Amino acid sequence: MVTPPHGAWLVFAAAWPLLVMLLVIVMGRHHAARLALLSMPVGLAVAILIAAAVLPAGTPLVYHVGGWLPPLGIGLQADGISALMLLTTAGVICGAGLYARADFASLPGAPETRRSLVFWVLLLAVWSAMNLVVLSRDLFNLYVALELLTFAAVPLVCLDGRAETLAAALRYLVFALLGSVLYLLGAVLLYGSYGTLDIALLAARVQPEHATWLAAALMTAGLLAKTALFPLHLWLPPAHAGAPAAASAVLSALVVKGSFVLVIRLWFEVMPGLWSLSATQFLGALGAAAIFYGSIMALRQQRLKLMIAYSTVGQIGYLFLVFPLAFDLASQQLQAGIALTGGMLQLVSHAFAKAGMFLAAGLVAVSLGHDRVADLGGLARRLPISLFAFGLAGVSLVGLPPSGGFAAKWLLLSVALDTGQWWWAVVLVLGGLLTGGYLVLVLVRAMEPPAAPLAEARPVARWREMIALALSLCALLLGLVALGPLELPPMIVTGALPGVAP
Amino acid sequence: MTTVTLFGLCGAALVGLGLYVLLTHPQLLRKLIGFNLLGSGIFLIFGVIARRGAWSTVGGDPVPQALAITGIVVAFAATALVVALLLRLFDETGTATLDTASPRRSPPGDKGS
Repeated sequence: MVTPPHGAWLVFAAAWPLLVMLLVIVMGRHHAARLALLSMPVGLAVAILIAAAVLPAGTPLVYHVGGWLPPLGIGLQADGISALMLLTTAGVICGAGLYARADFASLPGAPETRRSLVFWVLLLAVWSAMNLVVLSRDLFNLYVALELLTFAAVPLVCLDGRAETLAAALRYLVFALLGSVLYLLGAVLLYGSYGTLDIALLAARVQPEHATWLAAALMTAGLLAKTALFPLHLWLPPAHAGAPAAASAVLSALVVKGSFVLVIRLWFEVMPGLWSLSATQFLGALGAAAIFYGSIMALRQQRLKLMIAYSTVGQIGYLFLVFPLAFDLASQQLQAGIALTGGMLQLVSHAFAKAGMFLAAGLVAVSLGHDRVADLGGLARRLPISLFAFGLAGVSLVGLPPSGGFAAKWLLLSVALDTGQWWWAVVLVLGGLLTGGYLVLVLVRAMEPPAAPLAEARPVARWREMIALALSLCALLLGLVALGPLELPPMIVTGALPGVAP
Repeated sequence: MTTVTLFGLCGAALVGLGLYVLLTHPQLLRKLIGFNLLGSGIFLIFGVIARRGAWSTVGGDPVPQALAITGIVVAFAATALVVALLLRLFDETGTATLDTASPRRSPPGDKGS
């Protein structure tokens, strides 16, 4: 068996946060925050190392756990998508973790609260599960990883234990469990038909027949429920708006993207030739509906965090425009080309922008004591850096140059025009206008003079504002990297992989 | 009708029943039971597939059996998590449905709350 020298890093990427999590549970008490934060540079370094090995060369890293080859063993593989997701996950988690130090650190002398311990345990669990989701190559292993992600994400919603957040967490959990059970049923049907769960082996064996279509439909529906694509988005706004700011950032930036990566794997890698034009157009139409619904609902919200949560519903819609745009009419199959690169850029830039935005909104709520959009007057004077972070994140969400969101939407737009699918171009432009609408609404309110004198100002640490700003800047600078001289490598490497038996 | 087909149909029926209960009942406890029915149906289908993959010396394909066991563990953990959250919700609100505590009753845009 030939395993490239860095293959074991993949195991380390998934296992390291899990090991630290166990250590945090054992040590508990006053060490939770310190242990978690100390472990973060290591996790970040591993993500950078893997990305540095994968992205320039364009060849994936492969590792077979225990030396067992598929179909019996489980393969881990880092390709372009995995590398980008590992970097994004590490960046957002490190940002959210640093930011949360003020909320969830147990001060010496103060009694330890369950809330502060649990936050760090769940944060590390989300990290480990995300890494496993983007690295696994086995459909059942992916099911377990998805469930780990759900179990880590749901309690983050109800950390404060209020009735509304408990209800939001339960609603989230019901949707997520339904989603994963449908996914599992699809995976069982695929195993029953083809005798393997390995993505590469399945791709070589799938035939267009009833069992495959049923399995694909079940798995896609389940994953869409977890990704909160319209009309399965009902759980998202209360869950993401109710969580503490750092948790909202992780949930909105990362957790919904885990199941989206699986949709990509399923449609582009397992069965790229199975889909018809109408199936891809249907997914795109759902995405377009999500863009309009999410953006219009965001315009109507009076609470800042709910507005940002509805904005996530809309931005998820853009990700699904990839499917109609990547469909090649000549060969009647999905091709991992510019459209997919644009979709992944949208994913990464939204992750950083939304994380920065939620963190900034959290500081607004701390400083003003509320987050009503109508009463934000005077904010520009009180929290200029947070507002700047919010605005920069907004630039990326709207898709103004030179942000990552601009690069992503530009790529999608150019593919839409090249392939003559002008209706998706209309959706992209209108979506950008609506997004600009609700963000300008916030900025205008924040620049107004306060209606009543702001007396009871609670101080906000400067370094927390800087973290929100740094995440927003990542989203902004991504555009310079993506449109600059660096050519983005292919997201998916198809064909025979080293070490995989045919 | 062979035994394998019969069990397969039973599994399909359980999946259908579970899905119906999960989607139609507002009470969370019933949703949970629906989820477990649905899961049991899937595990039964795992068994059917294992049996179908039997060859002369081995009574069944071991891979689906191993997957079913893992699946049962995951479903058990999910059930425990739902029950824990549900108990906490009942302590806080006195109800075990999502409708009363639902943010939909007081829409997100409402004044106050």
